Amino acid sequence: MAKSNKPLVWGLFAAGGTLTAFVTPVLVYVTLMAAYGDPPAALDYENIQAFAANWLGKLALFVVISLSLWFAAHRLRTALHGLGLRADTAIAVAGYGISAVGTVLAAYYLVQI
Amino acid sequence: MSDLQLELEILRYDPEQDQEPRFQTYSVPCQEEWVVLDAINYVKDHIDSTLSYRWSCHMAVCGSCGMMIDGEPKLACKAFVRDYVNKTVRIEPLANFPIERDLVSVLDDFMNKLRRVKPYLIRKEEKPLSEGEYRQTPAELNKYKQYTLCINCLCCYAACPQYALIPEFIGPAALTMAHRYNQDSRDQGRAQREEETASHEGVWDCAFADACSLVCPKHVDPASALQQMKITSTVDWYLEHLGMGGKKS
Ligand code: FES
Repeated sequence: MAKSNKPLVWGLFAAGGTLTAFVTPVLVYVTLMAAYGDPPAALDYENIQAFAANWLGKLALFVVISLSLWFAAHRLRTALHGLGLRADTAIAVAGYGISAVGTVLAAYYLVQI
Repeated sequence: MSDLQLELEILRYDPEQDQEPRFQTYSVPCQEEWVVLDAINYVKDHIDSTLSYRWSCHMAVCGSCGMMIDGEPKLACKAFVRDYVNKTVRIEPLANFPIERDLVSVLDDFMNKLRRVKPYLIRKEEKPLSEGEYRQTPAELNKYKQYTLCINCLCCYAACPQYALIPEFIGPAALTMAHRYNQDSRDQGRAQREEETASHEGVWDCAFADACSLVCPKHVDPASALQQMKITSTVDWYLEHLGMGGKKS
């Protein structure tokens, strides 16, 4: 029997899942704080800009954005399958497609900064 | 001297007579310390000798009495009647398997899958007897010991929503058995097993619902085995595709 190529997306899913479990709650908190509260100085535009201009900062942002997308795409795919939707190929292509485009766009815009 | 009364609603099916399964209700006088299997044995001995079901050890060792009790896959010899007083308890054969007769399921599908994952030690080369036994440290034994506790009761298949959806899925118990040998320091067969276990019908049909581990009467935790296999299969896949000898054991 042929081996599955699922490890390709599952590897990204697992890495993304582990990462988002830690990072997403923090991001939600930070976003809400920035939107409603008064954000600490560390979150000022200049500071965030400087973070994103630094190569290590770029790399961190790229990894978080991209892996979150792959994680979400795969999670959505299995969840929809579990809920009884049988258009697996279409869902997979759409989900992974969005993740791939998002990955490329994230890299493109981060490099611009 | 019966302490409590149990209403058993047992699924009956005789392939020679019945078009479809039907339910038959039996009222069983039980003793406080009885398990459901005792109640079913009472039916067989005193009320209706035509009832068919499997059992042997009466002590959660042989794995033959797995059945749906009140909608959940359980060992009938491990489910106490006192947990079901004052209600009608449905007893059905294991979900997700064809019915042979009454509470007896057809298990051929599992048997064939178990064979496919090669659940035995594989060596590239057997060492001659004169060199002695293969020795193992307690730590090496601990890596797989938990997975040897499976008694093949197949409660995990009855609980698995993915197996219900995808009958080709090799499923929890068989994959866990593959993992048990993969984790054994004496074994060198992982690459061979991955031909089956790393296929679509192998670990990749698992969606980690965790139902298998929740119902497992022996606390084997098949879900953990499958997730570990996904990680190993992923690493092996990358190594293979990077041309780094993924074919190793
Ligand atoms: S009779 Fe052996 S496990 Fe229940």
